[in-house]
Amino acid sequence: MKNNYSNGEVRVGFYVCHCGHNIAGMVDCPAVAYYISRLPGVVVSRDYKYMCSDPGQELIKQDIKEHGLNRVVVASCSPLLHEHTFRHAVEAAGLNPFFFQMVNIREHGSWVHTDRAAATDKAMALSRAAVNRVRFHRPLETTRVPIHPDVLVVGGGIAGIHAALTMANGGKKVFLVERDPSIGGHMAKFDKTFPTLDCAACILTPKMSAVRSHENITLWTYSEVVKVEGYVGNYVVTVKRKPRYVNEELCIGCQECINACIFKEAKFPDEFNVGLSKRKPVYIPFPQAVPQAVVIDPMRCLHFKTGKCKQTCVEACGDRHAIDLNQKEELVQIKVGNIVVATGFKLFDAKRIPQYGYGLYPNVVTSIELERLVTSSGPTGGHVVLNNGRTPQSVAFVLCVGSRDHKTNRWCSRTCCMHSMKLAQLVREHTGADVTVFYLDIRAPGKGCEEFYDKSLKDGIQFVRGRVAEVTDWAVTPEEEGKLVVRVEDTLAGLVRRIPVDMIVLAVGMEPQADSQDVRRLFNMSCGTEGWFLEKHPKMAPVSTFTDGVFIAGCCQGPKDIPDSIAQAGAAAAEAMALIDRGYIEQEPNTAYIVEEDCSGCKSCVPLCPYTAITFDEAKGKASINAALCKGCGTCVAACPSGSIRQHLFEDDEIFSEIEGVLAHA
Amino acid sequence: MTYNYFPGCSLKGLGRAYEESLLPVMRHLGVEMAELDDWNCCGATAYMSVDEHMACVLAARNLALAEKAGPQDLVTPCSACYLVLNKTKHYIKDSPEINATVQRGLGAIGLSFSGKTAVRHPLDVLVHDVGLDVIKEKVVRPLKGLKVAPYYGCQVVRPYATFDDAWNPTTMDRLLKTLGAEVVHYPLKTKCCGASLTGTVPEAGLRLTYILLKEAVRRGADVIATICPLCQFNLDAYHDQVEKRWGPARIPTVYFTQLMGLAFGLPVEQLGLNRNFVPMKPLPEVPAPA
Repeated sequence: MKNNYSNGEVRVGFYVCHCGHNIAGMVDCPAVAYYISRLPGVVVSRDYKYMCSDPGQELIKQDIKEHGLNRVVVASCSPLLHEHTFRHAVEAAGLNPFFFQMVNIREHGSWVHTDRAAATDKAMALSRAAVNRVRFHRPLETTRVPIHPDVLVVGGGIAGIHAALTMANGGKKVFLVERDPSIGGHMAKFDKTFPTLDCAACILTPKMSAVRSHENITLWTYSEVVKVEGYVGNYVVTVKRKPRYVNEELCIGCQECINACIFKEAKFPDEFNVGLSKRKPVYIPFPQAVPQAVVIDPMRCLHFKTGKCKQTCVEACGDRHAIDLNQKEELVQIKVGNIVVATGFKLFDAKRIPQYGYGLYPNVVTSIELERLVTSSGPTGGHVVLNNGRTPQSVAFVLCVGSRDHKTNRWCSRTCCMHSMKLAQLVREHTGADVTVFYLDIRAPGKGCEEFYDKSLKDGIQFVRGRVAEVTDWAVTPEEEGKLVVRVEDTLAGLVRRIPVDMIVLAVGMEPQADSQDVRRLFNMSCGTEGWFLEKHPKMAPVSTFTDGVFIAGCCQGPKDIPDSIAQAGAAAAEAMALIDRGYIEQEPNTAYIVEEDCSGCKSCVPLCPYTAITFDEAKGKASINAALCKGCGTCVAACPSGSIRQHLFEDDEIFSEIEGVLAHA
Repeated sequence: MTYNYFPGCSLKGLGRAYEESLLPVMRHLGVEMAELDDWNCCGATAYMSVDEHMACVLAARNLALAEKAGPQDLVTPCSACYLVLNKTKHYIKDSPEINATVQRGLGAIGLSFSGKTAVRHPLDVLVHDVGLDVIKEKVVRPLKGLKVAPYYGCQVVRPYATFDDAWNPTTMDRLLKTLGAEVVHYPLKTKCCGASLTGTVPEAGLRLTYILLKEAVRRGADVIATICPLCQFNLDAYHDQVEKRWGPARIPTVYFTQLMGLAFGLPVEQLGLNRNFVPMKPLPEVPAPA
């Protein structure tokens, strides 16, 4: 058998991998090898326990030398795992690495079938197709594209902050974009951190300040990414900088303008204190905000609402001229090579479970509201109080609110058990109240966490196992009058119980951000069924995404605590830096190309390309494809009415012979 | 607007005040209620727990009669009938065995049921089909100052929460507000009234009744409004026994349709209000329109 690309006779070597029992348990591998051995052009056909092992690869190399093979086919796992391995082995033996074809008989075969005979038959068909197609493979070259050394970090919570600092300390220029007026994220709202009970602000604020002062970090708060173009190594990102009506460089955070505001009383819900306190239209988000600059809320400010304000803030600012009510929204374009997405989470809305009474009974609060109450910088100066100003004598925590629940969210939010136990200890410390925790299972797997649970038990916090049915205010006994009553099936005691308390804390779970689908599309990422951003591989590539050069860190990937968020942020930073320091991207050669003499210049292909890789050469009247931008999706190839667009590794003869191979077997 | 009407046994017996108020209210709103000819017992909850197949056949005869009577929805005011007829529809749809038994049974008397007829509660029909706007127009005697505890009972929202939330239904709350009444916060609105336990295990059943009454009193309600004949009976008929055991908890319980009739200015004596054991105080006299 001959073709144009092998300098003579095609000599195929075929290898079918057992993958231990993974494949051999469902596919008769020796039978597949025997079947393929009888096909024309096949010189060697073998089955082997682990083709990806060193001896497995050595087998290929030796056969290439001894038998003069010029094509290789391996039937094993997904090409995502080992295509690179085998191409490398083929190349090491002196062949072009693209004279190789891989057949997936594990993910597409043994793992998804239960009938051994049928699975073996399918493996034979797929292998025959590959042997058929590989005859037509042409020699191809990978190309190298340089990487832009700057990095974009999206999200200024603890994960984004850590990723930005890690890369900036490594000498990379980092753009950190945060949607809110200050960085700090959820962690900035916490009083103490579990299980060590160390002060959250004390460990976070030094990092926030470091971001502000770092020479390698450009910090853009109150800003959002609105457009991402390009590809790994060469992204062009458009950032919208919302007007804060204050010049960040000139403002020193003296707050004179806030005192001078025409609104004498603060009367608008304060976002940082989750609505438990009020702020003015001109405000600083919180005492340690970075940047330490005020912001003016145009939805609340009299000047923007009516145009009839004396602008006492401008007057108070005086010669500093930091307030600029004419500031406009700006779009800024930056070039970066890599992007770290750390956009975080939102908390479950407790009103979605009406039987827990949130929004109905003022003394039913969420865990983040209690967190603000116990914080000395919070709305009550660190006093845990009921809505009548009294100190609660009994407090109940309801766990798994919006977690592990088929009616709302099925996942475990991972942090609420520990977070609640931390708050329980703080509440006891602050008020001496009796604390009861209603739980399904206590999940305290982190370092030092089980010990913390143990301490909570010893400190006299009561734990009742059972999902709370209802929080209500109807009383059966005189002791219940005027109290909130938790109705619960105590699954350890085997009793339905009614437990009256003064305050109820709902441990609300984590959810993907409300706009996570928009963000996903923006950065061309995938989401799991729950809406968390999907990592490339749950174990082997936990911070990579399916888009090269886009990494994820922190809770946008799934619920996690502070240590895990920071670990992931460090990993994402390292992955990005590894790419930058290598300096180039190796591009697969499976790109589309135009056969100019056949191109009619109809321009059908130009708007179809999702990567804007196709342009139209007006002088020649022909379409032109930028190989550096082409991702090899094949859309244009299929669409071209004159058949003038072709694609490397997916030539017509390759595809047709593959189809024939499958059909011939059937 | 025409509906087929399945009253069920209660509305002809203990719960006749419900029918006595429902039909005039519907007529007043221009809604025609065509009572099914030759309807039979729905089977209630008891038969379902004895023999599901035969219970479904019994209930399905009423569905078949409704289907034969026309494409209109079937309205049934009793919560037990409402639940049993809906449950039968679900069972016929989900279980080929039950469907076979039902069709065989119906076939023997020359009937069949395709599963199309919708079974509706009058509360649903009044608020969602007639509409609160239309109802509001008919209010001539707003129930101003009357504090009402809205009590739905269990069967109309569980397990099939077809027209409202299973935990916190609000359809009747909105209706009562439209009538001008003040709705008190009553978180027991879907708690158990004791149902048949008041007869069989009074210690358990009456205690549940007591909690409902006592909490309505504690929250300052003048009256409890209900949509179910069994709830009405339990909350109305056992005051002596309840109060002997646990102390005072006296409050009248009426059907929501009776309150509608009052607000519409229908003659009080025609709304069945005289049938209550614990009578509702007459509304304060309003000056006759000049």
